[in-house]
Amino acid sequence: MVETGHFALVLAFALSLVQMLVPLVGARTGNQRLMAVGGPVTVTGFALTALSFAALASAYAGSDFSVASVWENSHSLQPMIYKITGTWGNHEGSMLLWVLILTFFGALVAVFGNNLPATLKANVLAVQGMIGAAFFLFILATSNPFTRLNPAPIEGRDLNPVLQDLGLAIHPPMLYLGYVGFSICFSFSVAALIEGRIDASWARWVRPWTLVAWMFLTGGIAMGSYWAYYELGWGGFWFWDPVENASFMPWLAGTALLHSAIVMEKRSALKIWTLLLAILTFSLSLLGTFLVRSGVLTSVHAFATDPARGVFILCILTLFIGGSLALFALRASRLTVGGLFHPISREGALVLNNLFLTTATATVLVGTLYPLALEALTGGKISVGAPFFDLTFGPLMLPLLAIVPFGPLLAWKRGDVIAASQRLMAAFALAIAAMLVTGLFIDGASVFAALGVGLAVWLVAGALTDLAVKSGVGSVAPAVMLRRFAGLPRSVFGTALAHLGLGLTMLGIVGTLCFGTEKILSMRPGETVELSGHTLRFEGLSPRKGPNFTEDRGRFLLISDGNEDGEITSAKRFYPVRQTVTTESGIRTLGLSQLYLSLGDENNDGSVVVRLWWKPLVTLIWGGGLVMMAGAAMSLLDRRLRVGAPARRRKPAAALASPT
Amino acid sequence: MRARFSLAPLVLLLALFFAGSALAVKPDEVLQDPVLEARARALSEGLRCMVCQNQSIDESDADLARDLRILLRQRLVAGDTDQQVMDYIVSRYGEFVLLKPPFSLRNALLWGTPVLLLLAGGLFILLSARSRRPAADDSTLSAEEQTALEKILHN
Repeated sequence: MVETGHFALVLAFALSLVQMLVPLVGARTGNQRLMAVGGPVTVTGFALTALSFAALASAYAGSDFSVASVWENSHSLQPMIYKITGTWGNHEGSMLLWVLILTFFGALVAVFGNNLPATLKANVLAVQGMIGAAFFLFILATSNPFTRLNPAPIEGRDLNPVLQDLGLAIHPPMLYLGYVGFSICFSFSVAALIEGRIDASWARWVRPWTLVAWMFLTGGIAMGSYWAYYELGWGGFWFWDPVENASFMPWLAGTALLHSAIVMEKRSALKIWTLLLAILTFSLSLLGTFLVRSGVLTSVHAFATDPARGVFILCILTLFIGGSLALFALRASRLTVGGLFHPISREGALVLNNLFLTTATATVLVGTLYPLALEALTGGKISVGAPFFDLTFGPLMLPLLAIVPFGPLLAWKRGDVIAASQRLMAAFALAIAAMLVTGLFIDGASVFAALGVGLAVWLVAGALTDLAVKSGVGSVAPAVMLRRFAGLPRSVFGTALAHLGLGLTMLGIVGTLCFGTEKILSMRPGETVELSGHTLRFEGLSPRKGPNFTEDRGRFLLISDGNEDGEITSAKRFYPVRQTVTTESGIRTLGLSQLYLSLGDENNDGSVVVRLWWKPLVTLIWGGGLVMMAGAAMSLLDRRLRVGAPARRRKPAAALASPT
Repeated sequence: MRARFSLAPLVLLLALFFAGSALAVKPDEVLQDPVLEARARALSEGLRCMVCQNQSIDESDADLARDLRILLRQRLVAGDTDQQVMDYIVSRYGEFVLLKPPFSLRNALLWGTPVLLLLAGGLFILLSARSRRPAADDSTLSAEEQTALEKILHN
């Protein structure tokens, strides 16, 4: 099975070479038969990659330690779920997942892109083939997951205990669906540049892909954030770590792309910019892959001493980013500039959105790369951490968030800010009220806290106002209003939901940062501690044995209003194979807030160090992310996208009935 | 020291730095005076744990981070201002220890990028909005494609 997988991978590489060359030549020479090769080759390439992935997964599931990657990252005693997720919990396997998703998206274009112009489809598949070929070669040359060991070891070295968590099952696949999803937007852009033409229908084909990629990336980041929150054991949810930034940059750029693609689709404006953004977004995904995979983040020196992988990805990066940007420089002037608009208009608001989002992306980029560049160039070492991003990224977000509610209420071409403001009066009043209540009545609220709560309420109320205005609240009879509300395009709901989710996330962040409380103390069994109105009694430590670990579990009893209200447990786990200790945090959700506790070391006198947090509204941080995803999904269901190329699969009946 | 995995599956890379998890600030470090302790916490959030990946000493379990936390508290108890404490620590450990790089010529590009880009972008948008000439013809679709598009749109 392992050799079959290896062989399938080599075949998939060979097919990707065919995929990148034949349709491209066909499109250039106008040869229909050559162009038609693209589809079947792409689908077969996906099938082979899937086979290869399945082979690796079965080697992991069956604990075949003759495979080096399995030996390094698995153990026969691991629960089955972690054996399987371990497939992508390592460098080699995660790269295989990367190409699996890449070929999957390519196959989707091949199968559902029948109403694309033949040359565009051929070129898109060819560009996908190029990306695929580069990464297949990377895997085969530097990161082969199928390398055998002889003699085969008897036992594996276990998966990193931090990764033995459900988070690993969900987070990387989602993140990759997002990262790699943007490759389709990239391929469409490069194809448009190769053809030298681009129009509004192009935007219609690209937008669903942007939405899908953005939706998964949002989910992947939110999921990763929650995973870090409960797994790292001290309740932080965002660390401005380079690794996080690597996924955050494509998200920011992708958000900008999502918005500029609307302008392009509706108004034929911002064509060139949208194209550039699509290229940049995927370039940032590639950059993220490089940062994470090359080891350059660990230290510049580690990169210099074992450079094979890093240099290879750097070459891929240079080739694709440099190549696409060079093509852009050569061809962009051929593309026509589209529709005109007044600065005060929906388009104008979206341009402003793009300005802030792009600047924010660049800020994160510079903050992430500056220490690396400085060390490589001058040898000087500096640190760029959370305080830098708080000071730069924060102020960029404030004006952006403040203008969000205006966007959907402004008309295309020429908008009326005064009319929009009047409609937003209620939302504004609500935001001011929230600000005053926070500032005046909540103990210890800072100016920042009041401002943050006000802004969050402004976003939520603004999103609801948009829906209310568009269904005619206040100007038509309730029955008409309901009918209008139900008849609103799905994309209007999508926008409102996404903006609402943003407001919720903001509220969660402000609530946790500004009103959270914390206690660090040593406790003996039977002692109680009180935090923000919640009382906890420490019941004691008890040892327990898991499948591949042992743990000391601390039990705490939550006492609400004098009554026992359930137990919270936190454990210190020891994984003998890797000789590592992890902290399993104890979390109790109360409403939208959480009590979070984690166990520290045992003291000599029998007491245990306990760290305890009250995190108000913290669940909204990720809840808002889910609402944003729901917004994207809602937008995907919009009729005007459903008739577009890839999303048609959602309505097979309609597709069959259609004359195309 | 605690794992710095987080938002990507390169956890492995970072997991190299994983060496057992405990809690960062220990009860025995906490100062009696809550005002001083609050200052200590605020300062330690801006100081890097030198042997960790992008972690502040406030979050880190490393021994070196603990030493720095204690040192910082000693200086505060001795009556140093925040600035004096930071200067003292930088003089001993170098700028690398600061999570917020100082505003200096060396870091001009780092701090300047957001501002410059925002200004340049804003200026570009303003200028291009003013000089925008009407485009000759918006439609680049051929008649054939136009009918195909309409067919798609009205199915």
